[in-house]
Amino acid sequence: MKRRDFVGLTGLATGALFLPSLPSIGGTPVDPARLLEPGADAATKKRLADAGLNAAKAAGASYADVRIGRYLNQGIFTREKQVQNIASTESYGVGVRVIANGTWGFAATNTVTEAGIAKAAQLAVQIAKANSKVQKEQVKLAPQKGYGEAAWKAPIQQSAFEVPIKDKVDLLLNVNAKALELGASFVNSVLFQVNEQKYFASTDGSYIDQDIHRIYPTFSVTAIDRASGKFRSRQALSSPMGLGYEYLTPKAADKIAGPAGSGVVGYRNSYDMLEDVALATKHVKEKLTAKSVTPGKYDLVLDPHHLGLTIHESVGHPLELDRVLGYEANYAGTSFATLEWKAKKIPYGSKLVNIVADKLQPGSLGAVGYDDEGVKTKRWDLIKEGMLVDYEKIRDQAGIVGQNESDGCCYSQSWADVQFQRMPNVSLQPGPAKLSVDELVKNVDKGIYIAGNGSFSIDQQRYNFQFGGQVFYAIEKGQITGMLEDVAYQANTQEFWNSCAAICDESDYRLFGAFNDGKGQPSQSSAVSHGSATTRFNGVTVINTARKIG
Amino acid sequence: MAILSKDEAQNILKKVLSFSTADECEATLNGSIGGNVRSARNSISTAGAVDNVSLAVQSRFGKRSGLATCNEFDDATLRRCVQRAEEIARLAPESPEYMPLLGPQQYLDGSRSFAAATAAIDPAYRAKQIGASMALCDEKKLSSAGFLDDSVGFIAKRNSKGLEAYQQTSYVGFSVTVRTPDGSGSGYAAADYTDATKLDAARLTRVAAEKAASSVKARAIEPGKYTVILEPNALLSNVDTSLLGVLMQSLDARSADEGRSFLSKKGGGNKKGEKLFDERVTIYSDPLNPEIGDLTFANDGRPQQKTTWIEKGVVKNLYSSRFWAQKAGIPDLPPPGGWIMQGGTQSTADLIKSTAKGILVTRLWYIRPVDPQTLLYTGLTRDGTFYIENGQIKFPIKNFRFNESPVIMLNNLEAIGKPVRLNGSLVPPLKIRDFTFTSLSDAV
Repeated sequence: MKRRDFVGLTGLATGALFLPSLPSIGGTPVDPARLLEPGADAATKKRLADAGLNAAKAAGASYADVRIGRYLNQGIFTREKQVQNIASTESYGVGVRVIANGTWGFAATNTVTEAGIAKAAQLAVQIAKANSKVQKEQVKLAPQKGYGEAAWKAPIQQSAFEVPIKDKVDLLLNVNAKALELGASFVNSVLFQVNEQKYFASTDGSYIDQDIHRIYPTFSVTAIDRASGKFRSRQALSSPMGLGYEYLTPKAADKIAGPAGSGVVGYRNSYDMLEDVALATKHVKEKLTAKSVTPGKYDLVLDPHHLGLTIHESVGHPLELDRVLGYEANYAGTSFATLEWKAKKIPYGSKLVNIVADKLQPGSLGAVGYDDEGVKTKRWDLIKEGMLVDYEKIRDQAGIVGQNESDGCCYSQSWADVQFQRMPNVSLQPGPAKLSVDELVKNVDKGIYIAGNGSFSIDQQRYNFQFGGQVFYAIEKGQITGMLEDVAYQANTQEFWNSCAAICDESDYRLFGAFNDGKGQPSQSSAVSHGSATTRFNGVTVINTARKIG
Repeated sequence: MAILSKDEAQNILKKVLSFSTADECEATLNGSIGGNVRSARNSISTAGAVDNVSLAVQSRFGKRSGLATCNEFDDATLRRCVQRAEEIARLAPESPEYMPLLGPQQYLDGSRSFAAATAAIDPAYRAKQIGASMALCDEKKLSSAGFLDDSVGFIAKRNSKGLEAYQQTSYVGFSVTVRTPDGSGSGYAAADYTDATKLDAARLTRVAAEKAASSVKARAIEPGKYTVILEPNALLSNVDTSLLGVLMQSLDARSADEGRSFLSKKGGGNKKGEKLFDERVTIYSDPLNPEIGDLTFANDGRPQQKTTWIEKGVVKNLYSSRFWAQKAGIPDLPPPGGWIMQGGTQSTADLIKSTAKGILVTRLWYIRPVDPQTLLYTGLTRDGTFYIENGQIKFPIKNFRFNESPVIMLNNLEAIGKPVRLNGSLVPPLKIRDFTFTSLSDAV
């Protein structure tokens, strides 16, 4: 039986609440000190990987790769004045992927010995051969040279695991204390830290050792008016980042003010959690009495922490080549942006819209040296001056679209799951001309400024979407005039991007992150960043989401 | 590692407890073996297998608690694991929500949570099932994408207060999306079972293929409020948030008492005992239901009993943590695994026959919360949406976005059909009036 609903029953789906455990904390619990111990050295991993590669070849594989993964997580969960949970986990094991009879096979084991890995390799070949009997499309890989022995480390300043737990707990409890002092009814705060130690070896002759770090501090502040029974929440405006603990040392240069009158502050490469929680508490109290929006057409001014999710859903996903080709039809869906659609040269967006894929961007969640099938990463254009120019692809897809090179977008969430095509960082380029947020707002006659990401939903071909946010402000005749509530906007991807009317300059550019992006069957999670500057979209449909029950 | 028998598992757990020097100790042994195969474009795309077994030891000194795990079971490893849990416990902060471990519990006997046929699944079985699905679509010149996954597992628990639990589980599920080659029609079907002998991937594929073929040339009709027939796959999903799923997930006493749930009352307290839904709505859980075959104990060792959550539209029970149950002085009920929405005898076809004007919805998708205050959710129809007139399906229609609350939906109930197993629960098709569609989608 499946226990997915049981996970749901813990309350994860309630949105506004954080709970003491989340799916991103995988693996088995360990002493926090274990997170600082080194894993196996590269020589040992090479020996182990060779056992898998040799066993696969001996069993009849024409190609094989072995991923030895050590995945370390720590989550610190608090609410109000108490620590709810400190979970330190380690997951260590090996996944072996093979091609036999032109068919993929995969098996994984946590018995990390030469014999254990060889057995997994043999099982992977057995699976491939069984499936080859009903296989119709032979797997063809884009050529890939072996890199020999190579290594890549995320350029972080301080591993979050090296920071004493007491310091991290103190930070979160100080955040909670600040919210309660300022009048919040409830506050939850969480710090997630991730370290992926990944070793990749393939029959192409690559032996690649990588060390990847991610950090995500966040909170939810709730205010309740007991008399009316009304409650409202505001989440943190932090972003998960491919950084170390240095992200939590605030720097004035990384703070970017929202439009005058909003009081919103955005954060670039460092985050001031105490400042944000104080603002959030002010916001959440205002939300209880804010004016309910009048539905209609508005010009939207979207801050990067909000727009990042819209980019993710309406550009990042539809340009995944596996979706375009139909490989995700049964779960995540397909895409409107088919090869035929691209050939028609229909504008994806206005001429202002330039969107790049980038697996190199420092501090981003998607940055790695090599992907999970041993391809060196790169940056490339997806949309140029509003026109679709390329997709996101991996080795077994390139040939299908007449190309002979992978984009390096292959990823697996752990050793236990097969790697497949995942979204790279996908970012909207800032406007080339100088334009501040205040200058942008000044020209809006009737609009809404939205900061932070909230509710999000999009159809399986990525046409129709609906997004909420964390805070909404009315713009009237170029001025922020007050907070709004019950706001969500609905649009069609192409109409929305074609309504893009202005983009702030590079000084406003920052990254948003999706920490747990789901795709695939069995479903896998990946983390990816989306950069943008504050951007204006004209004439978007806004609905009012207030309802009455009971 | 093979699935351990009750004696094998409990012998390991007894040994673990004998190494403990803590005030309290609880050991849980979990294992599973499973595999999967995935197809797209009528061809295999990926396939895999994974096995995992792990022991978790929780040690407690006073209100301090530590957890450690291992996946080898020789004496030395077990001893180290216990020692590590105790070291972590000594360093941990005191939990203000500490509850002593449970003592011996009486669990229901006779849950059909395991079937030997599912344990016998091998790569050839998976290839045969998905092969039959793909062959059917080849024959009909349709394109399929399917997913079959299966697992067998066990969970064993023992603690220093005398609690002892053991159960085996099995699961097999198949889902398939069938599309016309030009992408103008799409259909979906899914099912899951404890017993693999019940799975027939080809039968499900025929349903999806029929929906795909009959959903081409969809017409656009105006968004608005419509009578809808929601098939079980539109009400509960194991791959997405779902309207009945979120309703059940919201029956948490603590968030209701704290004032941040649709079940919170103005001025304080919760709405337990109030009639919030149509009087035909009854939802209960029963681990011994033969079609569900659920676990008879919760993760924390509390027994799972037959429990009525909503009866004739009235909220009868809320679940909670042990801490909150004690603090609030309420029945100590864990959240259920699967649940059963009581229904009638009518099939989806019968519900269509009795509908003058309405919309048949195969599946809802990308369902996300909009307002927790009213449990308002948004999402879209997908993979087979049809207009009904005078008791017959007239033509396929373009997909809609909805903004709706399951609370409002279950007040606008017109009819309930016969429940079927889905995602470990029993869910009937529902006919609902005034279901709110807010925009059209071009997606197929």
